[in-house]
Amino acid sequence: MESTSLIAETASRLLRHHCDPQTLNNAAGTTWQGPAWAAMEQAGLPLAWVPEDLGGAGVGLEEGFGLIGLAGRYALALPLTETLLAGWLLARGRIAPPPGALTCAPTRQGDKVVMASAGTVSGRLRAVPFAEGAQHLALIAEREDGSRPAIALVALADVRLAPGRSIAGDALNTVNLEAVRPIKSEMAPVGFAAKDLLAMGAAARAMQMSGALAAILEIAVAYANERVAFARPIGKFQAVQHNLARLAGETAAAMAAAGSAAEALASAYAAPAGATPPPSESLADALFLEVAAAKIRVGEAAGVGAGIAHQVLGAIGFTREHVLHRFTQRLWAWRDDFDNESAWAVRLGALIAARGSDGLWPLLASR
Amino acid sequence: MSALSFDAVRLPPECDALRREVRAFLAAEIAAGTYNPQEPGNDHGFSPEFSRKVGAKGWIGMTWPKQYGGHERSFLERYVITEEFRVANAPVRLHFVADRQSGPVLIKYANEAIKRDVLPRICRGEVCFAIGMSEPGSGSDLFAAATKATRTKGGWLINGTKVWTSNAHHAHYLIGLFRTSPASKENRRHGLTQFLVDMKTPGISVNPIYQMTGQHDFNEVVFQDAFMPDDHVLGEVDGAWKQATSELAYERSGPERFLETFYVLQELVRVLGANPDVRGAEGLGRLVAQVHALRRMSVSVAGMLHAGKEPVVEAAIVKDVGTIWEQALPHRARDLAAFAQDGASNRASFEEQLRFATLIAPKLTIQGGTTEILRGIIARGLGLR
Repeated sequence: MESTSLIAETASRLLRHHCDPQTLNNAAGTTWQGPAWAAMEQAGLPLAWVPEDLGGAGVGLEEGFGLIGLAGRYALALPLTETLLAGWLLARGRIAPPPGALTCAPTRQGDKVVMASAGTVSGRLRAVPFAEGAQHLALIAEREDGSRPAIALVALADVRLAPGRSIAGDALNTVNLEAVRPIKSEMAPVGFAAKDLLAMGAAARAMQMSGALAAILEIAVAYANERVAFARPIGKFQAVQHNLARLAGETAAAMAAAGSAAEALASAYAAPAGATPPPSESLADALFLEVAAAKIRVGEAAGVGAGIAHQVLGAIGFTREHVLHRFTQRLWAWRDDFDNESAWAVRLGALIAARGSDGLWPLLASR
Repeated sequence: MSALSFDAVRLPPECDALRREVRAFLAAEIAAGTYNPQEPGNDHGFSPEFSRKVGAKGWIGMTWPKQYGGHERSFLERYVITEEFRVANAPVRLHFVADRQSGPVLIKYANEAIKRDVLPRICRGEVCFAIGMSEPGSGSDLFAAATKATRTKGGWLINGTKVWTSNAHHAHYLIGLFRTSPASKENRRHGLTQFLVDMKTPGISVNPIYQMTGQHDFNEVVFQDAFMPDDHVLGEVDGAWKQATSELAYERSGPERFLETFYVLQELVRVLGANPDVRGAEGLGRLVAQVHALRRMSVSVAGMLHAGKEPVVEAAIVKDVGTIWEQALPHRARDLAAFAQDGASNRASFEEQLRFATLIAPKLTIQGGTTEILRGIIARGLGLR
């Protein structure tokens, strides 16, 4: 997950310097956000997935997913992942992203934007992360005439935002578009659709959650080794050890499932943006399994894992003063972004049922 | 605490060809009536005929040196064989323990004559091994073993009782842990020695212990002045504890640690039909996501073993999470099938397999290291003890 690439080293350095969770927690307020974002932009992180000829850093998908996992380790409350995804989406349409924070949509299956023949876009998009605070929205829109979808860049100043916050307190808005004229729009590559963005977003959130789980495992183990009760560190008690072993198991499952999905998407989209069709008309079964399983299993791990970490830390973990909530609240929030475990499970179950019993093992073993 | 590692390992291309070959072989065996995959409990999976055929295909001792009858193929290729056989409910009981554990112990610790004698026979699928660890007074606490090996002319005399010994009634050999010295004050693990036991040795008797499923799998093995020649000592006298832990990563992270009740999931898909309701679809989707994640974890550990690493904690995690999952699977399937169509063509077969899996489920988190022991190992890896 933490590759030793240049971008990962740069990101580690910046995150340590600007986004140390304990420092931010002590400081309260949001004054850290401006300098942190400026430093990331300076280093080319938010547009890492955009090819160089479109003004980005041209970093590979897998490295970018590594960056997202790292952001999860810091419980980063800035739209880095969203800007990465938006940049990736715009690049599929060969649109050069503008500077500043971006977000992307739709993030729910069933939400849609329609582009009229006049080129304007309309629709209602739920749960768009960081829409409030970002400057632009990258979206994929269906066409009124049923032709290939469009990838469009919209100024958030041109849309109506409903105020909203995630359980972690990060901006999460419903976006209403009423005949908004995009700054730019292009035809999507053949076969590319909203579900491709949903898959990338789900895998990205899975990587963030697995990073955050690794962080709370470290926090909980360190605390159990320090905190003394009944004359010994609580980590010496078997009941606590077994809880932490379960947390390690959930973290391991999350790392394996998220890493596998990220690798699968990276291989599927290895071709340069826009040059060749993406993996399939609808995502191929194997790729769908990877992404759905990651979002489901990592979401489950996030719920169980956050609960264990809180149990180990006791009352102190329940305070605003302690850093744990920065992670657990985002674990709870990220479960719901780009569709939650239940939504993905219904779709994965339907796919498995349609393939039939004899198709189950070959699908699992193909990965 | 050292960071956990679960990289996205993919099986290399040579595994695809092998997988096709194994599937074709299994399909032919099932068609020929060698065994019935719908009866996972049938004959306790013990088939001399089948094991010999597997040996002839070169699928036992796959990773071992050629000079001992092995095939010097990769650990990842062996992984493919193990998972395909497991999913097809193939009757591998005769050779499985020898292939997974006993053979590698012999390669590491047996003398040359024994290696040349026994290993090629394992590879041919002719030899069944048992593992003699637990005793009436020591199960998970291995280092409490009391069955004694005492020096005599040219070897050792063994006295005592091993228990819960799977396969002992079929086994040609047993690799056992015996007490050769008292534990020392400084090291309670000191004083145990591993022996290769020829089950034909006079003074050994095997008594069946029937399981609650009605099956006969494990046994009590009683030793009364059973003579072991000196050259049957494996490794260091009094130092077996150093040998026991390194093989556990192989034993604990394999696909057999989460696929033992997989047939229930396959039958469940059949019972739910092509268009399950939302409740059925969601439950199925979660189970498939969970088993996919387990396989990704397990393949990742296989990749580390293949690369020569010793992922002891990661392997313990795979067994902990994997056995809990395969144990819960029959119960989840029961829940999800509650509203399934009565008319499903496999309803009877589903019920029968569900019953069998439910009955064997309690053992899954006991055999090969209990959940409690595994969590202790994980906790140690996390730096808690």
